[in-house]
Amino acid sequence: MDTKPIYLDHAATTPVAPEVIQAMLPYLEGAYGNASSLHSFGQEAKAAVEAARTRIASFMGARPEEIVFTSGGTESDNFIIKGIALSRRDRGNHLITSSIEHHAVLETCDFLRKQGVSVTLLPVDSNGLVDPDDVRKAITNKTILISIMHGNNEIGTIEPIAEIGSIAREHGVAFHTDAVQTFGHIPIDVNELKVDFLSASAHKLHGPKGVGLAYIRKGMKITPLLHGGDQEKRRRASTLNVPGIVGFGRAVELADASIHAESSRQSALRDRLIEGLLSSIGDTRLNGHPVRRLPNNANLSFAFVEGEGLLLSLDMEDIAVSTGSACTSSSLEPSHVLKAIGVPVELAHGSLRFTLGRDTTREDIDRVLQVMPGIVHRLRAMSPLVRKGAVS
Amino acid sequence: MIQNGPYNEKVMDHFRNPRNVGVLENPDGVGTAGNPVCGDIMEISIQVEDDVIKDVRFRTFGCGAAIATSSMVTELVKNKTIDEALAVSNRAVAEALGGLPPIKMHCSVLAEEALRSAIDDFRRRQGKP
Repeated sequence: MDTKPIYLDHAATTPVAPEVIQAMLPYLEGAYGNASSLHSFGQEAKAAVEAARTRIASFMGARPEEIVFTSGGTESDNFIIKGIALSRRDRGNHLITSSIEHHAVLETCDFLRKQGVSVTLLPVDSNGLVDPDDVRKAITNKTILISIMHGNNEIGTIEPIAEIGSIAREHGVAFHTDAVQTFGHIPIDVNELKVDFLSASAHKLHGPKGVGLAYIRKGMKITPLLHGGDQEKRRRASTLNVPGIVGFGRAVELADASIHAESSRQSALRDRLIEGLLSSIGDTRLNGHPVRRLPNNANLSFAFVEGEGLLLSLDMEDIAVSTGSACTSSSLEPSHVLKAIGVPVELAHGSLRFTLGRDTTREDIDRVLQVMPGIVHRLRAMSPLVRKGAVS
Repeated sequence: MIQNGPYNEKVMDHFRNPRNVGVLENPDGVGTAGNPVCGDIMEISIQVEDDVIKDVRFRTFGCGAAIATSSMVTELVKNKTIDEALAVSNRAVAEALGGLPPIKMHCSVLAEEALRSAIDDFRRRQGKP
């Protein structure tokens, strides 16, 4: 087959933009200094890191000193949640989060629960939305942190972060959002969102892997995860990943330049994909909020078939997507997110996530729409569930 | 296409071109294994003449390995006697496919179970235990 491979798994990771690679190269080649060194090699590296920090801070309405560079979203989530649990031990031992968070948040909370911290997992509605009122009701005088994700990585629902932020402020509780899926995709302002902490990762916005950030509002004390040197104002020891940070800065600059145009372009393609699939394939449902969703996310369940079969079939057509189910991981349990929004388990097994990117074209979407009905039809013809009536 | 996917070429061949898909019109035995909640369900129907499985069909809801193991088990038992078919183990199915990822070995177990269930049904219909 002579078709161009189509990558629709941008929520997993994105291709590094050529401009990002160009920006990073000098710091992999000549400018190899350690940003903590006092000589000119070090100062050159430090200047590049600080320029990236300023660029990124301004993109999100933060001050440069409120940004701590990390190794990525998972580290940022771990750092913030564990760091607050430790630094506020004397004030309380209760965390509030949602049942649809990324595992980097859920597993961290679970770890802390085993250390004696109590955790409230808020439910979501059938569209995946957290009810801010549920947050309000869950707050006790022991609550030290609320952590609710900005955009869900599986179903794309965008949570009412600003409303939850207002509630957190009224009660004087610190508020964290995992913005890994939204950062660089929709405009973000930490003051409008009323968050005290935020996690983001460079490789989701055409930046390099292995670099992310933790936003820590000025005045918020937090215990570090990594101890050692004085880097990042003693909030995160470790030699700075200079090329990674420079690449992150350039990736944010690129995202910022086209954020409105790209989010509306991708939203239109996303809707074309969703509407096309729903109208051409029966017994199919959209997962996640129909409107309040990430511009690049389409998650659908196809009754009577299993997601991995769909994924392999699309791969044979050179189209890369992801399953909503964890079938290929070590767990055979379907996604905790689909379960939380009430998708019946057998339907959850037949889910696919298509996530678009800057490189996605209308032709790509149309090719998916062209091949999907045949793929679903072929697998349904093999499925013993078909005669047993509609699953949805 | 995935060059280093989770499955070898033989498994992918059976996924792409599964053998003996469908349901027999007048089966002598039908069996199922697994359940949709776990993400795998297999159904095997057999036609038996003079103690030999003359024809066999399968339908499967499941991952690539589930479809490939169902397809392979039908190939392994076609034109075999009931006793020969009963001797086909899940390991034999996986080996005939050139191996499965460890996490997918349960699919071969389901294929064996679905086959045994079809043979049990055949024997019940024959009035044998």
